[in-house]
Amino acid sequence: MQKITCESLIEKACELIENGTVSRVIGWKKGEFDYDLTPAVFANADEIKKNFIYNDFSGANFSKYLIKETRKGEGKVLVFLKPCDTYSFNQLLTEHRFDREKVYAVGIPCEGMADIAKVKAAVGDGILKITSEGDELIVENLYGDVNKVKLADVLAERCVNCKSKKHTAYDELMGEDGEILDNNRFDEVEKLENMTEDERFAFWQNELSRCIRCNACRDVCPACTCEKCVFDNPKSGVENKAIADSFEEKMFHIIRAFHVAGRCTDCGECSRVCPQNIPLHLLNRKFIKDINTFYGEYQAGEVEGSRAPLVNYTEEDIEPNDAVKREE
Amino acid sequence: MRKCSLNSLNAVFEKLANDSALYMPVDGDKGADYKKWEMGDELSSALNTNRSAKDFFFPQTENLMEFKVSGKEIEVIDTRDEKEDFVVFGVRACDAKSFDILDTVFLSEPCDSYYANRREHATIVTLACTRPSETCFCNVFGIDATKPTGDVTCWKTADDMYFEANNEKGKAFIEKIADLTEECDSKAVEEQQAKTKEILKKLPLADLKTEKFGKDKTAEFFDAPEWRELSTSCLGCGTCTYVCPTCQCYDIKDYDTGHGVIRFRCWDSCMYSEFTKMAHGNNRLSQLERFRQRFMHKLVYYPTNNDGVFGCVGCGRCLAKCPISMNIVKVMKALGGNDGE
Amino acid sequence: MNNRSEVLIPKVGVITDIRIDTPDVKTFRVVTPDGKKAFDHMPGQCAMLSIPAVGEAMFSITSSPTNTEYMEFSIKKCGCVTEWLHQAQVGQQITIRGPYGKPFPVKEVFEGKDLLFVAGGIGLAPLRSVINYCRHYRDKYGKIDIVYGSRSKEDLVDYAEIITEWMEEDGINVHLTIDREQECWDGHVGFVPNYVKELNFDTNKTVIICGPPIMIKFTLEGLMSLGYDKTQVYTTMELRMKCGVGKCGRCNIGSKYVCKDGPVFRCDELELLPSEY
Repeated sequence: MQKITCESLIEKACELIENGTVSRVIGWKKGEFDYDLTPAVFANADEIKKNFIYNDFSGANFSKYLIKETRKGEGKVLVFLKPCDTYSFNQLLTEHRFDREKVYAVGIPCEGMADIAKVKAAVGDGILKITSEGDELIVENLYGDVNKVKLADVLAERCVNCKSKKHTAYDELMGEDGEILDNNRFDEVEKLENMTEDERFAFWQNELSRCIRCNACRDVCPACTCEKCVFDNPKSGVENKAIADSFEEKMFHIIRAFHVAGRCTDCGECSRVCPQNIPLHLLNRKFIKDINTFYGEYQAGEVEGSRAPLVNYTEEDIEPNDAVKREE
Repeated sequence: MRKCSLNSLNAVFEKLANDSALYMPVDGDKGADYKKWEMGDELSSALNTNRSAKDFFFPQTENLMEFKVSGKEIEVIDTRDEKEDFVVFGVRACDAKSFDILDTVFLSEPCDSYYANRREHATIVTLACTRPSETCFCNVFGIDATKPTGDVTCWKTADDMYFEANNEKGKAFIEKIADLTEECDSKAVEEQQAKTKEILKKLPLADLKTEKFGKDKTAEFFDAPEWRELSTSCLGCGTCTYVCPTCQCYDIKDYDTGHGVIRFRCWDSCMYSEFTKMAHGNNRLSQLERFRQRFMHKLVYYPTNNDGVFGCVGCGRCLAKCPISMNIVKVMKALGGNDGE
Repeated sequence: MNNRSEVLIPKVGVITDIRIDTPDVKTFRVVTPDGKKAFDHMPGQCAMLSIPAVGEAMFSITSSPTNTEYMEFSIKKCGCVTEWLHQAQVGQQITIRGPYGKPFPVKEVFEGKDLLFVAGGIGLAPLRSVINYCRHYRDKYGKIDIVYGSRSKEDLVDYAEIITEWMEEDGINVHLTIDREQECWDGHVGFVPNYVKELNFDTNKTVIICGPPIMIKFTLEGLMSLGYDKTQVYTTMELRMKCGVGKCGRCNIGSKYVCKDGPVFRCDELELLPSEY
């Protein structure tokens, strides 16, 4: 498949803004380096030509930004959606979180996004320049070295386990659409399931005890869109860190996982942004796997308006007791 | 100056760990973090630990006191205890400088006894940098990565670890490991420093300009139009504040255990929507205002109150960790720190 | 360790009297368990009061420093801590720490001057401390004018003290006003800022003002139109606080911390700060 180029996206964005289809463009803005792109809203073609960038580090999922962005300004907003982003997009539409009429969605193909931490682990620190050449990244560093690394070897976790190259929503598609993929995303969950209870507890205790309660996972999560979150309410008693030696992070993450169960599309943003590198997506994936097991295959965000099993009673639904027994 | 060969470094650590708790950055599968040293642990070569070294003095959560409540009566219980001595080994120049900044807050009158207690019992052993990252910009704030401060400064070469005491506490530390080290000249260290300095000059952020910011510049920057675009995609999470070695805002809260009430302190973030919320209103309602507060504090407010010293040490953690890759460097450049760029 | 002092650790205080001032304001008298004042303060300074497991909050000390027996706090019911205090009974213990903040310059600046106090609603609470201090050292201060307004007669805080003490004293003029006409009220009706303009004070006075932000804003404008300068006007601020000693990082306006650089500010100083309050 032909890799989509930054130039073609800039051309598309300028065309749509100049012919009046959209008034603003949500896109990735150039950073200090080649990998630190910031989500930004562009208001004219000049800004786009100057600062818009699309490369192997354009990982950020823009779906959630549409909630805020569609509430302001005149006209439509252009958003570029990678296949996995379209699932979040659909899920937000299903939950009536933004006005579809105010969005012009352009689907773009994706071969997976790189994780800069993995790049650094592979070729070292002090990176000055990263360019893409075929299926490789060429990395130049401060010390005069030029290293090559295969994109496939430094893909973000969610891209390694990519669930779909197919766009589930768009107004216009650039390039060819892909297919829903067979993937091994539940392998890690199975490993956890095969642990003893004590081992599993120790695993999560170790992971979650590193949590600093920065709320980045919640704030980036396209399923976490409550206008007022319980964890921001000082009266809830759980809005911040708790006393020393307690283990309230567990509660925070489990409440969050429960709240997004059946709505989480497995976009992987939570694990991408965690400053402590906690594999938070595994909690959500466990719920997805269980829902698949108990209620039949279901992928949140695959079809707009679909009723998730947890909010759709049918007579064939598994009895709660049976669900508990099967877990044992 | 004294040195030991890297082969005998473990013996030095063992000696230190027998004496008091010894902490140092150790590599894990999720990056480097400070860890209590045990035999077999290797000193990480990472520049930044995931979390900064501020945790040693200003932990993310700590219990302050307890209350016993019976009927209308309250008893206040002072639960503070004297800390034991400990050593933090391998602190980088940026984090070492952050302690000076935290000191101005916590040790100024009225002195925070919880912080002071830990600070007094700690010996800080710093480690000079040799392979800076592209995200490093400590030099911008006048920090010398080749000669970090602290009670003792160390330099690691291909074969040896060099030690130099900077004060009385440092001398006591050197004394402790005297049997395991030998007196030496500073030639190898100077060579390393010269080489590192050449690299530091080539860092992409080495020419970041600070002159426009600093003391009494509030009016110049407060209403700058750039804040809108800079803050537009800020998620309002606390990542930048919590990984920052100099951010020190805190919350004080009570927890009812059922047998009493524990009053504790935990990190808080000016990026959070409820940070300034009062019963009758909130004076920073938008993310723009909260975002501006954080950067104005580092670049203008803190310098105004502290003789022009900036509240940033250029460690680069926020550059690496912000979910949307927005950070102080981008803010400084957007606000005109680097004209014509 | 316990020989290190620690400001965050409070003392125990006992509520020995509760006076109902208005439907949502009560005044609490507080002493230590052995019947003494918890600490000395100057007019305008504040104290942190807390109830374990409920919370801790900053309140201005309403009583005058010249009261050597106890402290008083006039508290409006509006949040967790205040709601809890409003249902408390006499004899209830609370915790108290302080004093915090910079007081009004009662000696350095106010001495020898004619003083004009302007207050709205619960804004009288911090000013009462200054007013009673100046009354105590009456010969050191010039003429005192007090303009005080609230929504209704029932919402005037310290009404009994105003009527029976302040109004009876020579050299003190009290000008009360309420927002709307009301039965059994033959006094002035109208908002505080307009009343201040109507009263057309000489511009030689030093003004001390406290009330809702909107009242302060328009009163200031009114004073300016009368010919006052901002250097003559003092006010006291309130923002979210946790530590009270300039460390927790949330009550700043620009580089100034309300808890330690304030809460008292001269209006021209305030004008130099960003408009984030």
